[in-house]
Amino acid sequence: MGNKAVPVSPEYTNYQLIGLTTLRVFIGWHFLYEGIAKMLNPYWSSAAFLLDVKWIFVGLAESIVSNPTALGLADNLNIWGLTLIGFALMLGLFSRWASVVGMVLILIYYFFTPPLVGLEYLKPREGSYIIVNKNLIEACALYVIYLFPTSNIIGLDRLIYRNQTAK
Amino acid sequence: MNENKTDSKPAGAGKTNLGRREILKSLATLPVVGVLFYNVWKKLRRDALRKTNLLSDLVKEHKAPAVVSPKNSGKYLRIGIIGYGGRGQHLVRGAGFAAPDWVETAAANAKKNKLDKGFKTFMQQEDLNLSIVGVCDLFDLRAETGLAASKNEIRPGGKPIESAKRYKHYTEMLENDDIDAVIIATPDHWHAKIVIDAARAGKHVYCEKAMTRIFQDAIAVYDVVKETGIVFQLGHQNRQVESLDRAKEIVQQGLLGPINLVEVTTNRNSPWGAWVWTIHPEGNKRTIDWDTFQEPAPTKIPFGDEALKRFFRWRMWFDYGTGLSGDLFSHEFDAVNQVMELGVPKYVSASGGIYFYKDGRDVPDVFHATFEYPDKNLTLLYSATLSSNKNRGNIFMGHDATMQIGGAGDSNISGLIVTADSESTRYKERIESGIINTRYPIYSYTPGSKQIDGVTSATAKYFANKGLVYTYREGKRVDPTHLHIKDWVDSIRENRQPKCDIEVGFHESLACHMATESYLTGRRVEWDPVKRRIV
Repeated sequence: MGNKAVPVSPEYTNYQLIGLTTLRVFIGWHFLYEGIAKMLNPYWSSAAFLLDVKWIFVGLAESIVSNPTALGLADNLNIWGLTLIGFALMLGLFSRWASVVGMVLILIYYFFTPPLVGLEYLKPREGSYIIVNKNLIEACALYVIYLFPTSNIIGLDRLIYRNQTAK
Repeated sequence: MNENKTDSKPAGAGKTNLGRREILKSLATLPVVGVLFYNVWKKLRRDALRKTNLLSDLVKEHKAPAVVSPKNSGKYLRIGIIGYGGRGQHLVRGAGFAAPDWVETAAANAKKNKLDKGFKTFMQQEDLNLSIVGVCDLFDLRAETGLAASKNEIRPGGKPIESAKRYKHYTEMLENDDIDAVIIATPDHWHAKIVIDAARAGKHVYCEKAMTRIFQDAIAVYDVVKETGIVFQLGHQNRQVESLDRAKEIVQQGLLGPINLVEVTTNRNSPWGAWVWTIHPEGNKRTIDWDTFQEPAPTKIPFGDEALKRFFRWRMWFDYGTGLSGDLFSHEFDAVNQVMELGVPKYVSASGGIYFYKDGRDVPDVFHATFEYPDKNLTLLYSATLSSNKNRGNIFMGHDATMQIGGAGDSNISGLIVTADSESTRYKERIESGIINTRYPIYSYTPGSKQIDGVTSATAKYFANKGLVYTYREGKRVDPTHLHIKDWVDSIRENRQPKCDIEVGFHESLACHMATESYLTGRRVEWDPVKRRIV
């Protein structure tokens, strides 16, 4: 994934490194526990979320809900996606990939239920949002983590890069 | 800001051996993962402990009943349908035969709304190895539709073995020795006579509720069914509803403590819900046998506009129907009877009136009744209105906990919740120690909670909330009406009595008739079990 825009080994101050690593670990924590909580709850299903979808993805959401195979797939993708991304971000393992996939996942949540003017949701929101909500902010934070990687300094990626360079 | 630059070179560049420092930096965040998992473990242990402390020592978790038997290989049966109106059509679908126009509409609905599973549920029904061989309806168009349904190949099991013949009068159908059993879905005023004649002709009977229009008929039907020994099923499909079995276990295990008051309700708020049904444009003197229709009714009127209304909206008059008591309370009564095995009440008093629908009906649209069971220390309270959709649900009020079935809004379709009582004796210590919070359910049950169904119309929602439209077997959606028909058919083959047999049918019938009697006479009535009469 290395490209010119993102240097593999930027130079951070200690504070910058602590700040960026903490952000990565906290987002990882959030993903991981969301995944584990769903895994542990035998009654959890993405159906409730999908039935409350508004805006441009209503049709897609309904198709998923009405097809048990698709719904099962969506459930598993959510559970395992969240869990694996969570692990990756926390441990600093393939973190740059994880931040991109995590961002896409969060953006899906965002675009399925965007807080746009005129859209009413069944499920009450825990705060007040207009256009920008915590999903969008978390997606943005993941973009920052992608642009400012830390896992090759603090994280298992350090070992992987080491092996690569050792060759 | 600290201007010291971090060691941001790819780790170990220039070194080949892993230093301690390298390992530490690689695994620096591992302890945080540990903290998360430690907390998850703590939470799991706490939840498990709570669950143990809450109810798992009390509620024995039972698995959902399996779909009764996988494939029905029993004796092939020939069935006749008497009364092929709305309910009759539903029952015949439960037996596996749908009219072509129903199939068309249901298939189109499924295409329009992916969440509408009515068609799929029908097609996934078990083939019961029977044919509809006789149709009797006093309205020609419905009889024709019934004949078409009996031939329709779009059904579970494919091409029917035989198709139906039309009978102008049910007595001709009963004379046919090839017919094993009949489904009776006529208006209530015809039930008793047809059940008695069918039983005497040796036919097994599935009879729609209310069992009879009047009290005396209930006694007569009971006696004849007992005497002839036929397999009799009354049409309370709630007997097949899974959540009511759960409710029964909860009550039997004493989880609610002593129960002295049970409140059941009916709320509807549409002309359809108040039985103002469409008058078929092709209903006229030629297509409707009006004289036969009104034969057992106390009031006779000549054919005309009023007769047409009465033919298609018969539930609005006591001449043909049983009012809120026999029509809708009967469902609630039978559900409570299923959960608590109540039997016939000792005293009943009822009141109400025609407060909203001033349209010529003589049955009340607001109706309340109290049913006293002194030997069980219990009052059953019924309250109904046809001009408000406020969904109140059915509530079993125990000294230690309250169980609510339905009524918690759309999210609790046919589920149940149990909430501890703040002054409970049984849960006192658990409430004081904070293990039980009386604001939250200590037990909840939502059948098929992982499945989503689009139940759209208000009336469909009403029945779904009561668990009358869909139930679940092993997480799969099944129509209780199908299960109820199947229970009857299986009982015929196995020579046993079905779930809603004449005994419980008799309880329901008497409770409803006592309430109507009290409403009409304006006094409290009492059941004399020795002389078998209402005093």
